[in-house]
Amino acid sequence: MAGLRQKLSDRGPFAALLVAGCAVLSLLVLAPLYTLLSKSVENRAGEFVGLENFARYLSSGGIESAFLNSLWVAGLSTVIVVGLAFMAAWALTRTRLPLTGWVRGVLVLPILAPSLLPAISLVYLFGNQGVLKGWLFGAEIYGPIGIVMGSCFWTFPHALMILLTAMDNADGRHYEAASALKASAWRTFWTVTVPGARYGLVSAAFVVFTLVITDFGVPKVIGGQFDVLATDIYKQVIGQQRFEMGAVVSVLLLLPAMLAFFADRYVQRKQSASFTARSVPYKARADRKRDVLGALVLTPTVVFILAIIAMAVYASFVTFWPYNLDLSLNNYQFGRMDGGGWGAYFNSLQLALGTMVLGTVLVFFNAWLMERTPQPKILTGVFQFLSLLPLAVPGLVLGLSYIFFFNHPDNLLNGIYGTLLILILCTVSHFYAVSHLTAVTALKQLDKEFEAVGESLKASRWRVLFTVTLPLCLPAILDVALYLFVNAMTTVSAVVFLYGPNSQLASVAVLSMDEAGDIAPAAAMAILITVTCAGAKLIQGALRFWVDRSTRAWRQGTE
Amino acid sequence: MKQLKKALALAALTAAMGAQAQTELTVYTAVEAEDLAKYAERFNEAHPDIKINWVRDSTGVITARLLAEKENPQADVVWGLAGTSLLLLKNEGMLAPYAPEGLDALSPKFRDSDETPSWVGMDAWMAAICVNTVEAEANNLPMPTSWQDLANPVYQGHVVMPNPNSSGTGFLDVSAWLQMMGEDSGWTFMDGLHQNISRYTHSGSKPCKMAASGETTIGVSFAFRGARLKEQGAPLELVFPSEGLGWEVEATAIVNGTDNLEAAQTLVNWSISRDAMEMYNEGYAIVGMPGVAKPVQNFPANAEELIIDNDFAWAASNREAILAEWANRYDNKSEAE
Repeated sequence: MAGLRQKLSDRGPFAALLVAGCAVLSLLVLAPLYTLLSKSVENRAGEFVGLENFARYLSSGGIESAFLNSLWVAGLSTVIVVGLAFMAAWALTRTRLPLTGWVRGVLVLPILAPSLLPAISLVYLFGNQGVLKGWLFGAEIYGPIGIVMGSCFWTFPHALMILLTAMDNADGRHYEAASALKASAWRTFWTVTVPGARYGLVSAAFVVFTLVITDFGVPKVIGGQFDVLATDIYKQVIGQQRFEMGAVVSVLLLLPAMLAFFADRYVQRKQSASFTARSVPYKARADRKRDVLGALVLTPTVVFILAIIAMAVYASFVTFWPYNLDLSLNNYQFGRMDGGGWGAYFNSLQLALGTMVLGTVLVFFNAWLMERTPQPKILTGVFQFLSLLPLAVPGLVLGLSYIFFFNHPDNLLNGIYGTLLILILCTVSHFYAVSHLTAVTALKQLDKEFEAVGESLKASRWRVLFTVTLPLCLPAILDVALYLFVNAMTTVSAVVFLYGPNSQLASVAVLSMDEAGDIAPAAAMAILITVTCAGAKLIQGALRFWVDRSTRAWRQGTE
Repeated sequence: MKQLKKALALAALTAAMGAQAQTELTVYTAVEAEDLAKYAERFNEAHPDIKINWVRDSTGVITARLLAEKENPQADVVWGLAGTSLLLLKNEGMLAPYAPEGLDALSPKFRDSDETPSWVGMDAWMAAICVNTVEAEANNLPMPTSWQDLANPVYQGHVVMPNPNSSGTGFLDVSAWLQMMGEDSGWTFMDGLHQNISRYTHSGSKPCKMAASGETTIGVSFAFRGARLKEQGAPLELVFPSEGLGWEVEATAIVNGTDNLEAAQTLVNWSISRDAMEMYNEGYAIVGMPGVAKPVQNFPANAEELIIDNDFAWAASNREAILAEWANRYDNKSEAE
């Protein structure tokens, strides 16, 4: 009895904190979503009509094709992206290639750029006037090809980030054992490397699949009339102002997320820590053949990404594509431009910094509670579900939900509507899932023995957190911070409904300039955003380097 | 003590004056971003005491946002939004009817037909065909002059138009064709047109932008965008089909429940003043006050004669049925091929 009480008083505070975490996410995600999704069973006047809207949507025809189109486009993109990202992660963590820091930098470039950038580039490269049009053998970029290429470009860093986190901390002893057993490199790859990254692979696959299937930005710009579910939401909500039908499609889009959730739970149950208290960090031995292979698998991805970015940079200097190719700097005079100019840029910076600080603390603390403190199973399950939910919600749906929820006159928080704070909260929620997965993946790799040892030394979990867990996870924490920063700089779909007269954003300005046909100035502003994000990435890279160096000796013992 | 009171009174007075000098209006708009500064500046020349805070986005987004904010509206005034959108807002009870000064000077087509109108018109936003002259020459295509021309098989694969399910411009065209040609011939025409369409876009300005950059030869779009792109140096020819043009009124309205009713009314009064009409005329060929409009570069001189006698009530009440029929016929183009 005394033991039980002891256990309870030991665990109680942690469980209470995670309950609080659940409450915060419910407020930021679940409650707003409910206000919108509940419209799927109401008619326009707000009366309950059961599944009538669903029936109407399903019988309106063409749904089967939109649904199948969504599935195969997302599936194909997932296979390509996870394949390429895994090869890249392998080459970066298991070879001794030089300049991997720079290569890492190039590979995350897509996440630093607003989504309009690849759209412009793809058209300039492969459109009817495109310089590489012949490469498509007469096929059109407008349609599934464009959607898959655009989606692969922007989701690649998401997958890479999760996979790198999963593979960065490898246990060198497994590789030593493999080589002692005279296993071939090929066999070692399949028996050590792949199983070690299994959790990351599954997470990456579901993240990419869900991101592609819920995104309407790429299909809208380059998909032509190729119908997917996400553009159906756009048609219903933006084209026809039918919120209830938009809600129906949103509910249907939640299905793959449910799948992701259960698959994730399933794999997670089988995952054990790969980096234990007794682990020795893996260090690649010299192997020329392997390094060449690494360079080979990296090259196509690096070239593709650089080509897209270079084309966009070029586009920002061109006077009038493709008929007046004179280059000029005029497009960079943002002061003269509409859409908020420099003011919008500084608003975006504030949003990005706010999202980074608030988001990183929230994500990491909650992930730590979930992974590294004793918690009732059901609570971690609920929390995991809440953190993954935002992934399945298109930004447009999240943004509208925030209006319905936070702008309601009865909501005590309605004062934050129209301010920068609601933009920050919305952006944190929007990008919560991938940040959470990265944090959890990093935390999972740490042996549970750390806490056990801490306990035996009478060190509290808090002390273990600050002296062991945090330092070991610093690289992942920096990754999460950067991820939130750059996404806040580039995001459009949700915040377009929430910015106020004094909080215009640079990313929205890019879109409105493009909408007005000012493609070059739009590209210029997009490049400015990209450069800012690249600056953030450089700072983060320097910090990572410093963290790595100052903890290496400690992580590798007295070697 | 007396001095303190005096100081306090003075402070209160300046605060009151300051408040008066700084009445701020939140104005939602779909007017092109490049024009916003000009609109506010001209208005402030007449009314320096009212500051306009813009929230601007495309028609669809702003309309969705206004509807979503229904329970607790943030906007004081909507200045520059499509008449169809304002009709939606009116039906939701979101607009405050107001008869601005000078209402009688507006043409009847440019105001809500209620005695005290819920919205008053600014200008007309009309359809046009953007033709890329370089690509037309390269592909040996004749210059179209009518809508019927676009159904000519010679244009197969060279025409882009907005999907009416996503874009107000697209719906404007479809509704105009059905009104001009009659329902049966209208759909027959669209069947023919459909054979020539290379793709339907989700945005109304996109087809013209694609024509401007040579991604397509012909884009069915609207005149304002085409004129601006031409000014920027695009090799475009704007065609205004002989049968007539679909059009839409751009209008102003007061949002129900605004805390700044007086300032809002001042803005609406000004929005239909002669000065304002002359300002709209810088970018639009047709404005709400008859006799004001002068010819605008890249627009036809006889714009007023070209636009059809648009029956907005008919279009609004049949919208859902038309869109369903359209989707049924053309939405699965990729499958049909």
